[in-house]
Amino acid sequence: MAETTAPLTTADGRPLKAALAKAQSRAKRRAFLLVLPLLLFILLTFAIPIGQMLQRSVYHDGFSKTSPNLAAWFDANPQGTAPDEAAYAALAADLVLMKENRLAGEAGTRINYSVPGTRSLFTASARNADDLTPPFKEALLAADRKWGEPLIWVAMREAASPWTTDFYLTGLDMQRSADGGVEKVAETNRVYLWLYVKTFLLSAVITGICLLLAFPVAHMLATLPMAKANLLMILVLLPFWTSLLVRTTSWIVLLQGQGVVNSVLVSLGIIDESGRLAMIYNQTGTIIVMVHILLPFMVLPLYSVMRVIPPSYARAARSLGATSWTTFRRIYLPQTLPGIGAGVLLVFILAVGYYITPALVGGADGQLFSNQIQFHMTKSNWSQAAALAAMLLAGVLVLYWLYDRLIGIDKLKLG
Amino acid sequence: MALPSYADPLERIWYYTYLVICTLIFIFLIAPILVIIPLSFNAEPYFTFTSKMLTLDPEGYSLRWYNELVTKGMQSEGGGWSDMWANAVWVKAAKNSVIIGFWATILSTVLGTLAALGLSRPEMPYRRLIMAILISPMIVPIIIVATGMFFFYSNPCGVIGITCGSEAQPWRLTSTYTGVIMAHAALGIPFVIITVTATLSGFDQSLIRASASLGANPRTTFFKVIMPLILPGVISGALFAFVTSFDEVVAVLFIAGPEQQTIPRQMWNGIREAISPAILAVATILVVISIALLTTLEVLRRRSDRLRGVTGR
Repeated sequence: MAETTAPLTTADGRPLKAALAKAQSRAKRRAFLLVLPLLLFILLTFAIPIGQMLQRSVYHDGFSKTSPNLAAWFDANPQGTAPDEAAYAALAADLVLMKENRLAGEAGTRINYSVPGTRSLFTASARNADDLTPPFKEALLAADRKWGEPLIWVAMREAASPWTTDFYLTGLDMQRSADGGVEKVAETNRVYLWLYVKTFLLSAVITGICLLLAFPVAHMLATLPMAKANLLMILVLLPFWTSLLVRTTSWIVLLQGQGVVNSVLVSLGIIDESGRLAMIYNQTGTIIVMVHILLPFMVLPLYSVMRVIPPSYARAARSLGATSWTTFRRIYLPQTLPGIGAGVLLVFILAVGYYITPALVGGADGQLFSNQIQFHMTKSNWSQAAALAAMLLAGVLVLYWLYDRLIGIDKLKLG
Repeated sequence: MALPSYADPLERIWYYTYLVICTLIFIFLIAPILVIIPLSFNAEPYFTFTSKMLTLDPEGYSLRWYNELVTKGMQSEGGGWSDMWANAVWVKAAKNSVIIGFWATILSTVLGTLAALGLSRPEMPYRRLIMAILISPMIVPIIIVATGMFFFYSNPCGVIGITCGSEAQPWRLTSTYTGVIMAHAALGIPFVIITVTATLSGFDQSLIRASASLGANPRTTFFKVIMPLILPGVISGALFAFVTSFDEVVAVLFIAGPEQQTIPRQMWNGIREAISPAILAVATILVVISIALLTTLEVLRRRSDRLRGVTGR
């Protein structure tokens, strides 16, 4: 065959390859244009706000904007230099600046995040900043002995630049030591890492319980005749469609000290009046209510997988002599794995980020990581809230990526 | 699952245990929702069944909490309908919820349906990545979303480094209906995307070519061919979006001002402070609404199955 024939062309003489490429890129552009408005909307209302918030976790100018003199001194002298007269003179000049701009409180708050109990040091010293006379070292130390503490100087060095990792250090239960290094905080003050781990552990427990409860239910729904299954499905879907706050309220009504469950138990004589169970406003409450709220998210993916498993495989296994347990373990269970994977990951992801339920029924020990973020928001410690949010977000995104790899985002189904 | 005829006694026992376990789980699912309905008619301010209620004594039941719902916050005792419409706190909250939910639903359904149409075309570039971005509002913890929106909406122009409006009164989206609606639309979008792309996956793309070859322009094709077929998916997506907005409290806590209090926001207040059985009355009404929604969805699903030629097994 001759390999040298002219390339294929369209009816109007253009090379077919070029025409095809053009048509394809046009189709691509059209498809993309349909998605574009939504993509822009999500970027504007969702992605940019989160990005902007995360920036706060490494940026705080509360101290740096009124400390140009200190910043200059810190630049000239490396970490570990003992503060000399020039350093105290710079501090005195910055305190005057803080007083003029009424920013001593803000600056003190920033240092206070790193070294608790120092806010008043700044407000008090700035109030009398104009009266300071050289030598400044003696004058400031006379005003407050705390000015000599190395920890404060380490904190000021870090805060003199608006870009900082301080808030992540706090989030990782670490602090700066007097020599400028990094150390773990005292055992009794460690909060965040344990809460982080606890959030994931509790989510795992909740996910496990959900799987245990959802499996038989989904199996029953999948094997019943369609008409009956649809009726029973309502019992799963009604909670799914009912307001989260309504469900939380119902559980408070059911589980509280004077609630329905306790009253029934007392009237049946199972427990006496003084022994009413504490089932809400603690960790147990968080677990019970979250299992109830997340259960439909487990049942639905399991059900959609189980429904298409042909029953003939199980029957074949039985006819070949397998016991019912072997049939379940070797034949049925492996076929449900995609559903189990989808349900477990979805429930776990949703549980890790839960806020409302722990806040309402968690009491003291049933709080999750989200609640700690909210705590710092109400305290206006925004950078700390942002750092903790970034930590939580990182965990969730890893799980999300895993979901996409294992299940595929486009396989996500509701009802 | 019917018990096969070859089952041995042990399997029979296990089968009945399985039925009991399933029944208990179904009770666990549904009981909390049903138990509040009778309690909302309690004549006393308690959260448990009084002895009068248990003996079905009519005196044990009353509509006082429903009455409180529509009268609390009214200017004058026994004021008229207009007073209730304008001042009763729960009525105001209901109005806000409906207004915000309606516009958020419109926004997310229109944008979401368009995007789903693009995403389900085989030529779509970066399909997986874009899909992951569009679904993420459902995955990212709500507290992070709300925190981010709070900062952004306090000064929307801050992102390009300027402050819009006057220095004393910068332009902001917090404490405005627009802000809350935008936030809720973003949160509802994943549900629209998921339901509409699911409907489109069963959609025969050659129908579009068929319609074009018969002389229809793209607009006619969209409204006469595509739309009727995907409509059930769009409506159920819209319902999801509406419910998401109607049930959302964290973004409202962060973004909304006193003028934009919604029903969930009021409930949040009620649960955190003293729970009054009035909350149960609201809850009962919301349960009735979700039953109505569920029925609508079920009807839609059957219609969709029928149109696509799927029949029950």
